Amino acid sequence: MTRRDERPIEGALFFSAILAIIILGLIFVFLVKESLPIFSEVNVLEFLLGREWFPASFTNPRFGALPLITGSFLVVITATMIAVPIGIMTAVYIAEIADERVREIVKPMIEILAGIPSVVYGFIALVLLSDIVHSVFNTTYRLNALNGAIILSIMILPTIISIAEDSIVAVPKDYKEASLAMGATRLETIRHVTLPAASSGITVAIMLGIGRAVGETMAVLMATGNSPVATLDIFHSVETMTAVIAVEMGEVVFGSDHYSALFAIGLVLFVITFTINLIVDLAIHRKGSLRR
Amino acid sequence: MKKKTSEKLVFSFLKAVAAMIVVVVVGLVGYILVNGLPVLSFKFLTKPPSNGMLAGGISSAIAGTLMIMILTMVFAIPIGVGAAIFLSEYTDKVDPRIIRMVRLSINNLAGVPSIVYGLLGLGLFVLFMGFRFSVLSASLTLSFLTLPVIIAASEEALRNVPMAYREASLALGATKWETTRNVVIPTALPGIMTACILGLSRAAGETAPLLMTGAAYYIPRFSGSIFKQFMALSTHIFFMSTQSPNPSLTRPIQYGTIAVLLIIVLSMNFAAIIIRSRYRRRFR
Repeated sequence: MTRRDERPIEGALFFSAILAIIILGLIFVFLVKESLPIFSEVNVLEFLLGREWFPASFTNPRFGALPLITGSFLVVITATMIAVPIGIMTAVYIAEIADERVREIVKPMIEILAGIPSVVYGFIALVLLSDIVHSVFNTTYRLNALNGAIILSIMILPTIISIAEDSIVAVPKDYKEASLAMGATRLETIRHVTLPAASSGITVAIMLGIGRAVGETMAVLMATGNSPVATLDIFHSVETMTAVIAVEMGEVVFGSDHYSALFAIGLVLFVITFTINLIVDLAIHRKGSLRR
Repeated sequence: MKKKTSEKLVFSFLKAVAAMIVVVVVGLVGYILVNGLPVLSFKFLTKPPSNGMLAGGISSAIAGTLMIMILTMVFAIPIGVGAAIFLSEYTDKVDPRIIRMVRLSINNLAGVPSIVYGLLGLGLFVLFMGFRFSVLSASLTLSFLTLPVIIAASEEALRNVPMAYREASLALGATKWETTRNVVIPTALPGIMTACILGLSRAAGETAPLLMTGAAYYIPRFSGSIFKQFMALSTHIFFMSTQSPNPSLTRPIQYGTIAVLLIIVLSMNFAAIIIRSRYRRRFR
């Protein structure tokens, strides 16, 4: 029997695998290449710390990204503060308290939450949640940072819950049994043994949740009202880095300063998420036990 | 005794939090379906928008979304599954540092915001490669975006195939690739299918990258060409609710479009859940 040479197949498989490196490289190269022109107009510090974003002005366009950076920061931090306690409590409940039947109901529900497209969340925030937030807090702006943060917190819950749950389940049974055998209650065991043992996994869960929140576009775009103002007032309308790219890329002249400035904002976003992912990856790699 | 009461209290509180999430999910999906399902009719699904986008159906958006989903999968499945096969079966053939780099890249790609993929699509496919605003540019962009999902889930499925299966095949004289093709892949097929469905479902709902690679506000009739601009369900929802001349008048159209998108996406998620649970049972 003659054997076919399998090297072409292995080569194709190898290429498929290293394509991931190539794509990541392409993203970086294109973001840098397209954003370089704007940095001959304004320097990096002016760009990052400038408080005025008026890129479309004919007479005096200004490219200060600070309002967009604070906008993203404000929405993401608020969303994280809402989602983390809820997410971890739910993860504890699913992993340690709920019986099999309840688990079979709650887990698919969370998968559904993860499957709903972001534009649908954005729509809900626009037509339903905004009215609730507006009437409860009596805000000046119908669309504001809080509205965006609430919808965003719902969207990052699945990430936080599933990874936190995995790491709680992964805590060795002996730990819990030892604690229970010493006379600790289940609650004491969860608080003093299980959660500390799962803490690195829970940290990863929170970081990946933040990473997802930073990059979310459509929902915050439709929820926050999009006014580029540098503020830390959660009842104010704000614009995030992601939203400004999605809104303004449709109106720019390709190759213009404005076009380049939007790519520069994309580069800032990429650097933030890349850093978060790198830290997570190193943490997981060092620990070795937890898999994403 | 006091400890027991406080424990009960805390546990009920945690249960209430979990229940709240279930209520939110049911409420969200229910709200969309209650408002959206009555709008759906044969005409709504098969007629293009009319009367300056104030009336008519969403046929062109459905066609656009389906076409993008199919084309995305044509690009993403071979490469994604190929990469997964390499990472699961062939890692001993190359320097471990390369494998480490590949894994690092995949994990990182999974965390790259979809809008950044949109920027890459605009810079690379639309402008640099000259595909312009088109179904092709959008599909290529989405295929990049779905790759990490497909690779990670497929690799897990491949790794779950017991080592004994491979050893039995190799012992019978099959080569590495024959073993992979005839034993490993068929055994892992349900898991690989789940991976592809999950990737497809993600592609169906994506919006931001489409805005930058060729989604149009309105196209009179869907051309069927992959080199032309398109309408998609997700972008249609966005345009109609934020940029339509009268967003409140067209609310029913918006609810209807969301219901269609949600039905497509959630039925794929359900299919994935069902395949996965059957598959798990078989392995036990």
